[in-house]
Amino acid sequence: VVGEGILKGMAETARNFFGSYVSKDRLTTVQYPEQREPQIEATRDFPFLVYDGADWQQGLRCVACQICEKECPPKCIFIEKSKDKKPDAFGKAQFYPATFNIDISVCMSCQICVEVCPFDAIKMDVDYRLSSHDRFGGLLHDKQRLAKSNQYYNAIHPTEAAAVDAQRAEEQAKLDAKAKAAADAKVAAEVSRAQKPPAQPATGEPQ
Amino acid sequence: MTQTIDQVFVFASHWLTAYLPAVLQPLGSAILSVAAVIVVFATLFALTTLMERKGLGRMQNRYGPNRTGPWGILQPLADGIKSLTKEDIVPLRADRAVHFMAPVLLVAASFMGYAVLPIGRNMVIADMNAGVLFFFAVGSLMELAVFMAGWSSRSKYSLLGAMRAIAQMISYEVPLVLASIVVLMQAGSLSTVAIVNMQATYSGIWPHWFVFTPWGFAGFILFMIAATAESNRSPFDLPEGESEIIAGYFTEYSGFKFALFFLGEYIGMFATSGLAITLFLGGWSAPFSFLTWVPSYLWFFAKLLTLIAIFIWIRGTVPRLRMDQLMNLAWQFMLPMTLFNLITAGVWHFMPGGPLRWLVCSTMVVVPCILLGRGLKHNKKFQVRTYRYSQ
Repeated sequence: VVGEGILKGMAETARNFFGSYVSKDRLTTVQYPEQREPQIEATRDFPFLVYDGADWQQGLRCVACQICEKECPPKCIFIEKSKDKKPDAFGKAQFYPATFNIDISVCMSCQICVEVCPFDAIKMDVDYRLSSHDRFGGLLHDKQRLAKSNQYYNAIHPTEAAAVDAQRAEEQAKLDAKAKAAADAKVAAEVSRAQKPPAQPATGEPQ
Repeated sequence: MTQTIDQVFVFASHWLTAYLPAVLQPLGSAILSVAAVIVVFATLFALTTLMERKGLGRMQNRYGPNRTGPWGILQPLADGIKSLTKEDIVPLRADRAVHFMAPVLLVAASFMGYAVLPIGRNMVIADMNAGVLFFFAVGSLMELAVFMAGWSSRSKYSLLGAMRAIAQMISYEVPLVLASIVVLMQAGSLSTVAIVNMQATYSGIWPHWFVFTPWGFAGFILFMIAATAESNRSPFDLPEGESEIIAGYFTEYSGFKFALFFLGEYIGMFATSGLAITLFLGGWSAPFSFLTWVPSYLWFFAKLLTLIAIFIWIRGTVPRLRMDQLMNLAWQFMLPMTLFNLITAGVWHFMPGGPLRWLVCSTMVVVPCILLGRGLKHNKKFQVRTYRYSQ
């Protein structure tokens, strides 16, 4: 019969109309500023710089090697290397970034900077509330804005951060072991050198 | 007492115009009524935009607007402020005068139809003896406004939209008028007031609305389909066609002129709904004889809001037609059905009243409808569509 399908459709929309007042399951809308969907762990949007310890300037892992700047496909990273050196987290004297800017209006969230970084210094953030009244300055994030603590990194990406921490601890342990071995060798050498003069007469004793 | 409440606006108008000198009284009365109509129906427009967005949202299991004010009731105000403060852009090569006049003419034309709509007992601006004819004549002015808008914009989308609108509105004007002729045949008058007065009588508790006859029911359904097409509403919103021609004939309008197009469209929809109420649903008359104490204008607006709700419901349900489907519906289904309906109304008029008349006339409506539907479906070839240029 003509119009049968339209009547069926109208019954369906009427069911939706009244059903949406009765059952909350039908309304799938998440009302954004008040409600938020939980983010999955692998969420990523823009990169940030990780620092260890409490002082962001002291603990920044970045050594201004500029690999990320060179690898970045849309060229959104700008780094200026420092003239002087300061000790990094492992106590080794390293350069540090005098300037580190990321233009997030250019960044395409590809994560290549994270993959190429040999120092685990740059990681992907999850904060998406980045709108700004200033479309140039407000979207150009400087070093201070980018610096976020290792605790924050552990909070947003627990699994990944735990792996990174474990690896760094292993490296640290290796370095410590190496340093200890070196120190031990040094001490042993000194000890042996110190013990050598009395040993010579001792060797000569049986003769 | 109920008489007083029913006639309160009429008395108020008389009381106010009595202060004017006798020469100016007809003019004063007209200005007063026109102002009232503009204020009331513009407010109804604001309300309808909100209700439409809320209702459509609920039909799609969404909330709809709920941010401005409690439950989003201030949304029309926010929309109004936004459209008033937006930049008014006129395309460089556009015909500026016509481009400006089109929305004004559209709104003016859509408001003119209210002159002959009896909103309540004794509440009509002009009781013309050719009221229905006047309504259709003014209604076709809207086509001119639409074409002016499309032509003056000098944009391909506007022109395409205007062409579609003209083709559609002219095609559907035919079934619209033919569907209402059955009422004129029965009432023997073109005056809207006379038509309503004829329906405002009761046998027992039942009213003599024309929709409660076989030809009246069929006429009402056909009239509403044609009215939907006339007011360019979904599923006949091809002239706007957001998905293919941006916004159709008002693509090149922004700011308040854009809002005026919306206003004109909705006011036109209310006007054709008002005419459907006048012709088929008994105008301001109560649905039962024991409810006649309720003021007549309340009945009119209750019926109007019901029809608006049905319009919204249809919009939330039916997808947009294709151009050929639209034209096939108008010329292959609507037109024969309205012509059959004319014959049915004639048979009804000349047969003696009783169950036999009901049986014969119902058959005369239902059988052509089913046969026509079957025939149109039978002629349709369902096949995999081939596209000439994409292969």
